[in-house]
Amino acid sequence: MTHFVFVESRDPYESADCHTLQELAAGLAARGHRVTFFLVQNAVLPARAGSRFSSQLTGLASHGVQVMADDFALRERAIAECARGVSAASFDDLTRLIMEPDTRALWH
Amino acid sequence: MSTEKTLTLAIMDAPYESAASTTALRLVDAALRAGHHVNVFAYEGAVALTMRAQKAHANPVKGTSLEEEHHPTTKDWVSALFRLAAERGVKLDWVNCGLCVDERGAGEWVDGPRRGGPKDFFEMAERSTATFVIPTR
Repeated sequence: MTHFVFVESRDPYESADCHTLQELAAGLAARGHRVTFFLVQNAVLPARAGSRFSSQLTGLASHGVQVMADDFALRERAIAECARGVSAASFDDLTRLIMEPDTRALWH
Repeated sequence: MSTEKTLTLAIMDAPYESAASTTALRLVDAALRAGHHVNVFAYEGAVALTMRAQKAHANPVKGTSLEEEHHPTTKDWVSALFRLAAERGVKLDWVNCGLCVDERGAGEWVDGPRRGGPKDFFEMAERSTATFVIPTR
């Protein structure tokens, strides 16, 4: 199966289509694909534990999607504690993921 | 030591306007450090990232001097990425869209980038392990 890596740069406070990408990620995971959802820039805002949209990311993780948040973007925004199901990761991690065989990477 | 894998990025945002510029350059840095070749296709306003005439400045609002502000410029970051590629023995191929350059009068660059067009991006993507198109909003 293919590994899909979605890099999400948009946040749900500004972009309504964030939820659409999450649905796509969950759907691919439901079909047995490995899916990684990597949050960058303002997309890390809902990763703050207790934020209004954090439950969406926790829900995504519960569907088997690996949800990661750029540690640099987290530090810039003083987010010390991530929502359940979201882990901090580096661009070294992102680079490793997208260069693996049988991987499709998409920027949103 | 090169992994012989290649990452290609298409970027479009002009410098100093969007977090996407910094994000893209950070990703280039991470890929080069990992030993991957990197292609960058700078389109539209992104061709200004490499303009040689960029200057750091003081910040009168904060009352900081030029030295205190230590203002970063994207042309210096791009130059640093070319130096990093050379140190790591990998290739950074940075193509500025020629028509975008001409439209903006943005033809004086730091050393490293070359002039090209969308055909270059197509060929880069065909040969790459992974490709990201980082759009403007």
